[in-house]
Amino acid sequence: MIGGLFIYNHKGEVLISRVYRDDIGRNAVDAFRVNVIHARQQVRSPVTNIARTSFLHVKRSNIWLAAATKQNVNATMVFEFLYKMCDVMAAYFGKISEENVKNNFVLIYELLDEILDFGYPQNSETGALKTFITQQGIKSQHHTKEEQSQITSQVTGQIGWRREGIKYRRNELFLDVLESVNLLMSPQGQVLSAHVSGRVVMKSYLSGMPECKFGMNDKIVIDKQGKGGGSEDVAKSGKQSIAIDDCTFHQCVRLSKFDTERSISFIPPDGDYELMRYRTTKDIILPFRVIPLVREVGRTRLEVKVVIKSNFKSSLLAQKIEVRIPTPLTTSGVQLICMKGKAKYKASENAIVWKVKRMAGMKESQISAEIELLPTNDKKKWARPPISMNFEVPFAPSGLKVRYLKVFEPKLNYSDHDVIKWVRYIGRSGIYETRC
Amino acid sequence: MTDSKYFTTNKKGEIFELKAELNNEKKEKRKEAVKKVIAAMTVGKDVSSLFPDVVNCMQTDNLELKKLVYLYLMNYAKSQPDMAIMAVNSFVKDCEDPNPLIRALAVRTMGCIRVDKITEYLCEPLRKCLKDEDPYVRKTAAVCVAKLHDINAQMVEDQGFLDSLRDLIADSNPMVVANAVAALSEISESHPNSNLLDLNPQNINKLLTALNECTEWGQIFILDCLSNYNPKDEREAQSICERVTPRLSHANSAVVLSAVKVLMKFLELLPKDSDYYNTLLKKLSPPLVTLLSGEPEVQYVALRNINLIVQKRPEILKQEIKVFFVKYNDPIYVKLEKLDIMIRLASQANIAQVLAELKEYATEVDVDFVRKAVRAIGRCAIKVEQSAERCVSTLLDLIQTKVNYVVQEAIVVIRDIFRKYPNKYESIIATLCENLDSLDEPDARAAMIWIVGEYAERIDNADELLESFLEGFHDESTQVQLTLLTAIVKLFLKKPSETQELVQQVLSLATQDSDNPDLRDRGYIYWRLLSTDPVTAKEVVLSEKPLISEETDLIEPTLLDELICHIGSLASVYHKPPSAFVEGSHGVHRKHLPVQHSRSFEWAASLLLVSGPAAAMDQPHVIPSQGDLLGDLLNLDLGPPVNVPQISSMQMGAVDLLGGGLDSLVSLNTHILLLMKAKGLEISGTFSRRQGHMYMDMTFTNKALQHMTDFAVQFNKNSFGMIPTSPLPVHTPLMPSQTIEVSLPINTIGPVMKMDPLNNLQVAVKNNIDVFYFSVLIPLNIFFVEDGKMERQVFLATWKDIPNENELQYQIKECHLNADTVSGKLQGNNIFTIAKRNVEGQDMLYQSLKLTNGIWILAELRIQPGNPNYTLSLKCRAPEVSQYVYQTYDSVLKT
Repeated sequence: MIGGLFIYNHKGEVLISRVYRDDIGRNAVDAFRVNVIHARQQVRSPVTNIARTSFLHVKRSNIWLAAATKQNVNATMVFEFLYKMCDVMAAYFGKISEENVKNNFVLIYELLDEILDFGYPQNSETGALKTFITQQGIKSQHHTKEEQSQITSQVTGQIGWRREGIKYRRNELFLDVLESVNLLMSPQGQVLSAHVSGRVVMKSYLSGMPECKFGMNDKIVIDKQGKGGGSEDVAKSGKQSIAIDDCTFHQCVRLSKFDTERSISFIPPDGDYELMRYRTTKDIILPFRVIPLVREVGRTRLEVKVVIKSNFKSSLLAQKIEVRIPTPLTTSGVQLICMKGKAKYKASENAIVWKVKRMAGMKESQISAEIELLPTNDKKKWARPPISMNFEVPFAPSGLKVRYLKVFEPKLNYSDHDVIKWVRYIGRSGIYETRC
Repeated sequence: MTDSKYFTTNKKGEIFELKAELNNEKKEKRKEAVKKVIAAMTVGKDVSSLFPDVVNCMQTDNLELKKLVYLYLMNYAKSQPDMAIMAVNSFVKDCEDPNPLIRALAVRTMGCIRVDKITEYLCEPLRKCLKDEDPYVRKTAAVCVAKLHDINAQMVEDQGFLDSLRDLIADSNPMVVANAVAALSEISESHPNSNLLDLNPQNINKLLTALNECTEWGQIFILDCLSNYNPKDEREAQSICERVTPRLSHANSAVVLSAVKVLMKFLELLPKDSDYYNTLLKKLSPPLVTLLSGEPEVQYVALRNINLIVQKRPEILKQEIKVFFVKYNDPIYVKLEKLDIMIRLASQANIAQVLAELKEYATEVDVDFVRKAVRAIGRCAIKVEQSAERCVSTLLDLIQTKVNYVVQEAIVVIRDIFRKYPNKYESIIATLCENLDSLDEPDARAAMIWIVGEYAERIDNADELLESFLEGFHDESTQVQLTLLTAIVKLFLKKPSETQELVQQVLSLATQDSDNPDLRDRGYIYWRLLSTDPVTAKEVVLSEKPLISEETDLIEPTLLDELICHIGSLASVYHKPPSAFVEGSHGVHRKHLPVQHSRSFEWAASLLLVSGPAAAMDQPHVIPSQGDLLGDLLNLDLGPPVNVPQISSMQMGAVDLLGGGLDSLVSLNTHILLLMKAKGLEISGTFSRRQGHMYMDMTFTNKALQHMTDFAVQFNKNSFGMIPTSPLPVHTPLMPSQTIEVSLPINTIGPVMKMDPLNNLQVAVKNNIDVFYFSVLIPLNIFFVEDGKMERQVFLATWKDIPNENELQYQIKECHLNADTVSGKLQGNNIFTIAKRNVEGQDMLYQSLKLTNGIWILAELRIQPGNPNYTLSLKCRAPEVSQYVYQTYDSVLKT
């Protein structure tokens, strides 16, 4: 198991050092600094073995988090734990920066004591932790006996992510379907790979211990219902259903129920959480098509023309459109003409960045650039990195639709109809690249 | 107010000041001071001298301060053991606190204070906490047992904490269960044979129930523990799999990978043709792909594991090659791993896409990655024959880029392509030769030299090219020197007239001016070959070379199986067994994939000549039993033993040496069976019983070209609890075509599992090459013990006592012996005749025998004069053995 956990700043100075096991000595802290943080080479692996001690590390902005161990630990678990550790810290004090870590070091030690025991991760749900690890440490003593046992039963209980007795005057639910659409396209317009990775993010403000059920146009569910019903509804919805390649759920979702009935039922945590993640690869709506044309004119000039076409309903608007066209390192000057938006050559980034604020569906726009190059003797060819694109669209490129989100709370007197629900779809570009 | 100011105090006399502050009257001041101490400790300053002052602050009702003091204690108690005792009282008191959070905090911290004296005081509070009413305290106490075990294992055992821990597996709280499982798993790693966890179907059921309810981390502990369980049959394996598969949808990738581990292990137990097996395979692929959309570090771990899974079960991901295409901004470690998997998944169906990708990669920036991409193109050519031409042309394009390291890497792989497809692509040699000057790495130079030498007859200026390398001969690496020597000798053999001088030159360089013994030796060998017999030299040097294999750098199968048992862990990241990087007792215990009891030997059946009882009895290689030496002499018509001289002569020798006659050596009708023949290893052998001891006599023959070492043998659980009592006595390496005989002593004190057929024994033999599995049917008579003669009275009583439905009758056909000979023969096999009667002209023999496990078998053998068919009636409390006893009778009487 995890033998020690260290947090360093960008210089390699130790901010937090907590040793859980006897086999990790003080010198382990230095070994990681010398061999990884101060190493000349770029990091070649997130797992490093130094003198029979394994270090698993992640980086958050300038901060390094490293777990050290001498055993054959479950490496995936250690990384998941480090991510979780970052989440917990962020939930307590915001951004993980050197200043924030230093400002909260007592709290961090307290957290590390609680969520990692002898190197074994323990309950690390912020909701539960915040009930008894607070920044005002004094509060802890004033819990009544009932409160204490409520805390412990929540920390160890089956529903560790929610406490009892939550009350809201207005029961409200916000549901965001956030998708990132990824594309790799050949210069000829052939889709080399495309997939959508989506998340269903919720914000719930519900009283009591509500039982929720979430439904979407999952092909498997719709087909199953289709067999039972067999009305025109099937033809209509069957067409709109989507094939989900795989999905994962927040730990509040009853996995065995999903496995047998494919229904998503859960008691939600209070506040923000990510209910599910999913991935689709079939019938993806690619919101934009990028058509590049690169011509090398002699050894010192390059002509680039890029056309973008929007491919969705003309009533919808895409926002924050940005096209990034890489330029060779030897670029000396760039001349740009674009029909829409603003374009700039950014020498420090070796790219032309073309920004368009808004663009409706079924439109097209183009940019042309003339790039002057310095003559060089360098035999090495320019690698021609792909043209990448960013955008945001108000629909789900996978075609996912929320069918229902039902809330039942048998003990309190509010019903599904009383809950105010908000649903929003946002599609963003993930890695959206076209080779040129 | 923030805490960062504690990091900034840096004056001299700091310790002194802190000391004063720690003893301040005001609570707040003291707390501030302790914070400063902790900050100083964090950045590595030695603040151990403040120990007594900090401990003084421990008596407080401020939880935050208490935690800080505890933190300090954990760090320094070891260096100040005597003072640490001062803290004990406070701990013991806290363990009685009404607040469960404080009780847990105390027990958690006490376990972290690694001072022997303190641990003694810990026992009582810990015992209470293990039975605490609050689950939070119990789950903390469970981990504390593991802590204590790490400090003083003996004490934990003596105090009975292991039993308390085992009790917690049945706890009502899932998190307590999970922590107990984690603690027990860790403790049992240091006692690999102790069966501490006691995984039986009831406990497994408890774990599976807790799995649905506990935290994500708890699920990981439980799944990792489950993966060590060996289900008793395929039904159990399937039912566990069914309950584990929902975990594949968990958001935590460690839960997913641990579930994958359980499923990959238990797949071994499921019949390949079943629907469930195929459904399960299909279910495994999507979650593995999903892991690749996680954070880069998890992607890396996942890819290292997928690399193993793809080698073990390529069918799972063969359709998914696209997800392994490299993204421009993947971290380099992810890129390199993806590339590896792409090559493994490349096939005729997807080769066009793969090649297009690889060509892209070869123009990237990272040198390692580009090289690997080029190498990958070469490997595709070798793996998928149809693509070879396209690969070669891609490589030529890359050579045209003139990027130095790309060219060199390309030339190295082109050499391999030449080896795989001789006489196909030689037209490109001219292009390769153009780049001769730019090659500065030994690998590339050697590859180019090899190509020139191999195709010297087609290259007009081969002699000039090779001569150019000769100039700096002594500055070259050994690899290049050796290749150059061989290449020039080849050239000479192909064009002797023009190159005599050149070959003289290289031979003298290699033999006279070099310090490298390998080079000198090779030089002298060529020299002598060329000077004595040029024709032979040609045959040797220009002989046809074996083709290179398709799959390279596959992980060796036994290691692969072991690594599959470690999916998700560091071992799977390093691709090394835990023993390679873990010190001490942890993880030294090797894990194995489970073996399917009833069917797993199907694949091995082809290796086996023995496939059923009949076959065993009908083996042609039968030698007369020792007990029947006299009979043998009389029956000269019995053919001499074929092909089995060693064992029989050995046993004869034993008779001679002992000289004591037949009583002292009860040996048996021995079937020499060819047990196993694979990968050049041939094992034949038999079982025998000598002087009350059992042996497995085997003959090992090495028919491979390499020597074999590291032999070991293991038996699967079997009906009679047979286990080897000593390691396989093969101590020296077995050289090619060498044969050795070994006699492996066996006894019957091992674990018992009923096999079908009853006398089936599954054996695994391991050597440096592989693990070999075979099964053999044991002749039952080796279990017949020497004191198997029953008293007459007892016999009569027992015969009556055993119910009649247990009586089974058999016919022994075509036997022409008289009653006395029969008795003699059987007695040699520890089947004792108690009485003989003559009833109406028939001889009735009443006999008894006893098995090693104490089962008595009573027999009545009826022999009618003139009738070659005897009737055998067997009575036994365990009638299932009767059939095998009958078989023994049959074979004993017919030899």
